[in-house]
Amino acid sequence: MIPEFGQFALIVALISAVIQAVLPLIGTIINQPNLIMVARPAAQAQFIALSISFACLTYAFVTHDFSVKYVTNNSNIDLPLLYRVSAVWGAHEGSLLLWALVLSIWSFAVTIFSRQVPPLMLARVVSIMGWISIGFLLFMIMTSNPFERLFPIPSHGRDLNPLLQDFGLAIHPPMLYMGYVGLSVAFSFSIAAMWANRLDSAWARWSRPWTNVAWIFLTLGIALGSWWAYYELGWGGWWFWDPVENASFMPWLVATALIHSLAVTDKRSSFKAWTALLAIFAFSLSLLGTFLVRSGVLTSVHAFASDPERGVFILLFLVIVVGASLTLYAVRAPLIKSHSQFSMLSRETALLLNNVFLVVLTLGILGGTLFPIFTVALDLGKYSVGFPFFNFIFVLLGTPLALLLGFGQLLRWKKDNAQQQLTKLIPFSISFILALGSVLMMSYFSFYALLGMTLAWWVLIMALTSFMLRFKNQSLSFASLKKTPPSYFGTHIAHLGVVIFAVGITLTSNYSSKKDVLLKPGESYLMDDYTYQFNGARQIIGPNYRGHEGDIIITKNGIVIAEMKPQKRIYYSQQSPMTEAAIDAGLSRDLFVALGDQRGQDGAWTLRLYYKPFIRWIWLGAIIMSLGGLVASFDKRYRQKNRRMQTSREKDHLTGKLT
Amino acid sequence: MLRYLIPLGLFVILVIFLAIGLQNDPRYVPSPLIDKPAPDFSLPRLFSPTTTFGPTQLKGKVWILNTWTSDCVGCRQEHPYLLELSKMKQINLIGLNYRDSNILAINLLKKHGNPYQVVVTDQDGSVGIDYGVYAVPETFIIDKTGIIRFKHIGPLLPDEINKTVLPLIKKLNEETG
Repeated sequence: MIPEFGQFALIVALISAVIQAVLPLIGTIINQPNLIMVARPAAQAQFIALSISFACLTYAFVTHDFSVKYVTNNSNIDLPLLYRVSAVWGAHEGSLLLWALVLSIWSFAVTIFSRQVPPLMLARVVSIMGWISIGFLLFMIMTSNPFERLFPIPSHGRDLNPLLQDFGLAIHPPMLYMGYVGLSVAFSFSIAAMWANRLDSAWARWSRPWTNVAWIFLTLGIALGSWWAYYELGWGGWWFWDPVENASFMPWLVATALIHSLAVTDKRSSFKAWTALLAIFAFSLSLLGTFLVRSGVLTSVHAFASDPERGVFILLFLVIVVGASLTLYAVRAPLIKSHSQFSMLSRETALLLNNVFLVVLTLGILGGTLFPIFTVALDLGKYSVGFPFFNFIFVLLGTPLALLLGFGQLLRWKKDNAQQQLTKLIPFSISFILALGSVLMMSYFSFYALLGMTLAWWVLIMALTSFMLRFKNQSLSFASLKKTPPSYFGTHIAHLGVVIFAVGITLTSNYSSKKDVLLKPGESYLMDDYTYQFNGARQIIGPNYRGHEGDIIITKNGIVIAEMKPQKRIYYSQQSPMTEAAIDAGLSRDLFVALGDQRGQDGAWTLRLYYKPFIRWIWLGAIIMSLGGLVASFDKRYRQKNRRMQTSREKDHLTGKLT
Repeated sequence: MLRYLIPLGLFVILVIFLAIGLQNDPRYVPSPLIDKPAPDFSLPRLFSPTTTFGPTQLKGKVWILNTWTSDCVGCRQEHPYLLELSKMKQINLIGLNYRDSNILAINLLKKHGNPYQVVVTDQDGSVGIDYGVYAVPETFIIDKTGIIRFKHIGPLLPDEINKTVLPLIKKLNEETG
């Protein structure tokens, strides 16, 4: 009964979404306030219906209801409770339900936290979000119903993919979806503003906190995924430029550009058309990611079981959503008149360049990711680009981006003094010397390490300088700090995160060691001052797997550093072996041991050893960046009806006058 | 005002490529070795390591090269079907034991049966690299003139054997060498 109830709730959600999308739309056209007012309750009804539906599927997993096909395929009688819950989004159908639920959570949040937005604008935004909901709910109900029944009922299921039986991965998809789908809010505001022909700074101000929060989730979601890949896949890498990783990184890059561009549109009334386009671009890339992951056009370690029918549906959906948005953009953007002007040397220019670099980097990654599709379609054979290409464009565009980040922090809005810029050569020289010192302290010299460290020091020094200049004329009292808007601190915290992230990438990429060794019990291996002594492997039995656990003692100069117990597991339900690496984590380095294969009969095993300096800084940097985003979101400006809105040009927004 | 149409234009091009991409199977990786001569080798036989064996000894015959190891799950999976296949006429199934322990390999074949006419041992993996092996099991079919005509990655299961392997071998046997 419960699964049918879940299915029914799904249909109720679709009906609510149709009401949410259509009635306010008609209301705005025929100027009927009653219809406009429907937007809010309809979005809330959709949220409740989807929550019920999601709860029903979770219940089916928790109670082992193997009459539900999706449960049978992704759960097992032995599966622990935590993973039975996370298995709900462990495969295509359920993750789609999660996606729809997350979208309704954002819509619900918009109806609650947008009291400063005029009802007419809000109705438009909620209506657009409703249209997106319709697409995803139709997709689920027509091609990917998670509540489909199975007969005869099997006694136990096929089990969740062992890779996904992990805490990090249990929370990674919800985080990522909150980010992806959260970008739909900025998208909807942008479309609503163009629809109303009011591409002014008001919509940018309303979108800013939403974009910030979505970006925080996206940042944390990507960092979690990277961290998970590092310890679970046993390959020791933290980023693989895999199509699905790229699918999450591209919206992040564009969302980062959007955050900066929104700030300019809000504060300076510039870049209006460009910001609107970025908002479309960011969410379109989220949708494109969905297409790439679920249609099967590309192979990837994370791709869902693919199905061409689903691919066709999402592609159609993509064409409708993105095609309509870009058409609207092409019609409305030319009508925008820019009110403000800025000189070549100004913070506006710096931010515009930041946007250009971020977008070009995104396009580069997009091209690299889709490269196999292009070459096959053009009948040139199947080629793909890998690590070297992506790393190259990342360094190529990341370098000017970081230079600009340091430089731009001290630039004035509108126009700055050119001669004064020369003084910045001093902090740059200091950064270079500090970086040279840092690199010479490492085991060997590397040009890329010098480059990366120079950029990191540069951004740090410029941020500190900007901070000091701001508080130069006032004592650093609580009162003066309180007067400073949170967005100022948020910006600097996020940029500090970039510094830490850059240090992590630079040192890990240039100074890691890796070795595959074959050791008999009692043998040891020396790598980078650490001695790895192998004491053999024993058999282990877990709840739904069996396997081997190695025992390795790591010593440095005779002092025991860590005892490592890497595992190799074979899950009963799927005959694929899984590597559970053992990691001794530290702020300045990780030691990583993965158990390979047993060789011969004398208990010898192949082991993979890694020494990874400063790798934690990569994720630490991401956490600090998102912390910055969080602090900035608390800025009071976003929650007030701004003074500027009282000007005559924007007044009719409040009264809901129609154009 | 044409520049505002650029995003839309780029998107249309992207969609066209995605639509074409949807028609193709992404898992299909064409091997660069197809229609190229099978790399030559001379490797010790598993059961008599003092003697060697190589493709030259199969000139004029259609043969199958199957790479395997004793600790590979996919190989165990295809094993019974290889046994069945080996009983058919005109099948020359050669095993390439890839970076494995001879003792384990012999034990396995003694316990589960030996489908191979000859097994050679590639202990340092150099022949495997010549054949572009990146995960055992992989299976190659080589024609009478020593040209690789087919490659299969992963366990060779009845579906693939009946649909592709057997018709191809029949066809290749009819070709003049």
